[in-house]
Amino acid sequence: MRRRERPKGPVPWLVTAFAVLVVIVLLVLPLALVLQQALAEGARAFLDAVRDGATLDALGLTLLVVGIVVPFHVVFGIAAAWLLTKQDFPGKRLLGLLVDLPFTVSPVVSGLLFVLLFGARGWLGPLLREHDVRIIFAVPGIVLATLFVTLPFVVRELVPTMEAMGRSEEEAAASLGASGLQILRRVTLPRVRWALFYGCVLTAARAAGEFGAVSVVSGHVRGATTTLPLHVEILWGEYHAQAAFAVASLLALSGLLTLVLKAWLEHRVARARTPGASA
Amino acid sequence: MTIEALHVHKRFGAHRALDDVSVRIEHGELVALLGPSGGGKTTLLRVIAGLETPDAGDVRFSGADVTGAGPHERGVGFVFQHYALFREMSVFENVAFGLRVRPKVTRPSEERIRARVQELLALVQLEGLAGRLPDELSGGQRQRVALARALAVEPKVLLLDEPFGALDAKVRKDLRAWLRRLHDELHVTSVLVTHDQEEAFEIADRVVVIHEGRVHQDGPPETLLRRPASEFVARFVEDAQVVSGTVQDDGLIQLAPLRLPGASPGAQIDVSLRSARVIRRPPG
Repeated sequence: MRRRERPKGPVPWLVTAFAVLVVIVLLVLPLALVLQQALAEGARAFLDAVRDGATLDALGLTLLVVGIVVPFHVVFGIAAAWLLTKQDFPGKRLLGLLVDLPFTVSPVVSGLLFVLLFGARGWLGPLLREHDVRIIFAVPGIVLATLFVTLPFVVRELVPTMEAMGRSEEEAAASLGASGLQILRRVTLPRVRWALFYGCVLTAARAAGEFGAVSVVSGHVRGATTTLPLHVEILWGEYHAQAAFAVASLLALSGLLTLVLKAWLEHRVARARTPGASA
Repeated sequence: MTIEALHVHKRFGAHRALDDVSVRIEHGELVALLGPSGGGKTTLLRVIAGLETPDAGDVRFSGADVTGAGPHERGVGFVFQHYALFREMSVFENVAFGLRVRPKVTRPSEERIRARVQELLALVQLEGLAGRLPDELSGGQRQRVALARALAVEPKVLLLDEPFGALDAKVRKDLRAWLRRLHDELHVTSVLVTHDQEEAFEIADRVVVIHEGRVHQDGPPETLLRRPASEFVARFVEDAQVVSGTVQDDGLIQLAPLRLPGASPGAQIDVSLRSARVIRRPPG
């Protein structure tokens, strides 16, 4: 094994020191502070804040949103990735670009788009009022906005894996008499399952943590349309700092869990993308 | 089963992969499609399998038009160049795949599937490896799994795309002889794509030379060697050197240092030179 060069001169040390400083100030300190503040008034106060009715409502709504958004993107992601990697059709490149749109548009703007579309004075406002359907300032709006901002995750994870897989295993399955659905279930999905799971983890993390887009469409009706991030903001705005940090720590911990899952899954996904000799 | 491809055309963008290709393969024959890479032979094989749809022309199995039928409806066994084994499945499950995906009415019982897979693994001499994953096998073993998997569905025709291309020379030679014996045993109509003339001549009853999307010659190996139909075939089939000359009044061909007997005096003529023999034919 070749030994690594030891850094020479002050520059490598300065670069390292800078990177470590940034990580500490921007990542480690805030996280530690969140936890410290959450527990500042003792475990009792922490539990009270977490067990508060409004917090539980917010948690429930967040879980509901995640529970709708993740399955939706599993289905949509598989369909879109399949189209993008296994089919040739005009407009394919455009579809590939459009899928990334939610990453390039500010979430606040995407929230506003839904208000323009479904709000009382929006395009579809009169029609919705006629049928007594509420989307904006209600749960459907929150779900829609979250669906929009999380749209790229599963697709972006699946596309490279499906591309690396190529078409030959699927062609082999077809020549052996398998139908399209059998091929998807028995050949394609087993190959991309880790990438799919990874996409779901990222989708769930973002869906639980999304603030901007949801904030615009939610209307902040306490106990009805506040998700956890919105609830944190409300608590903070009402000078319940310790409670705000307690709820925020829930989000921070779910973020850490995501990070652990991510590290473990990345390794699995990398394996699925290596073109083994049998691929 | 006889296979016919009739006036098949296929383009990929500006590239003419197949340009009015017609080929007929008789029941029980082993035919090699021979030619350099990119010449269209794999495309023809994929058209026969239903993996590509021709732009024009028909594919017929025993006289019936199957041009519009998908690969899963054709009853072909396809062996891919890089095996295309199902990477997440054991050797056993790879071979069993074609039986397991059958509709309930025609699907064999679990015991029948087991028996059939064991029988096939014995045929390809891989009995002990049923539990392995494809990644744990050598190239030659993978190729035999791919073959067993294709044979499991009792295909009416076996299509092999460069089946030995990714193997080293020694294994390739062994597998080649083994495949020929297997064919003699099972008599399944087989089409094999190869760019290796030695392989084609050793294994096939008949060789179809395909180059630039066209059939250059179609015949038994001996005919291709004795009477190459074009300069391309002569060059390709045995790496022949082609030298131009003129037939002299005395009926001999004048090649710079060389004089050979020739027919009509005064005619322009190409002579191809090989290690074993000299063949004379008009230029072109």
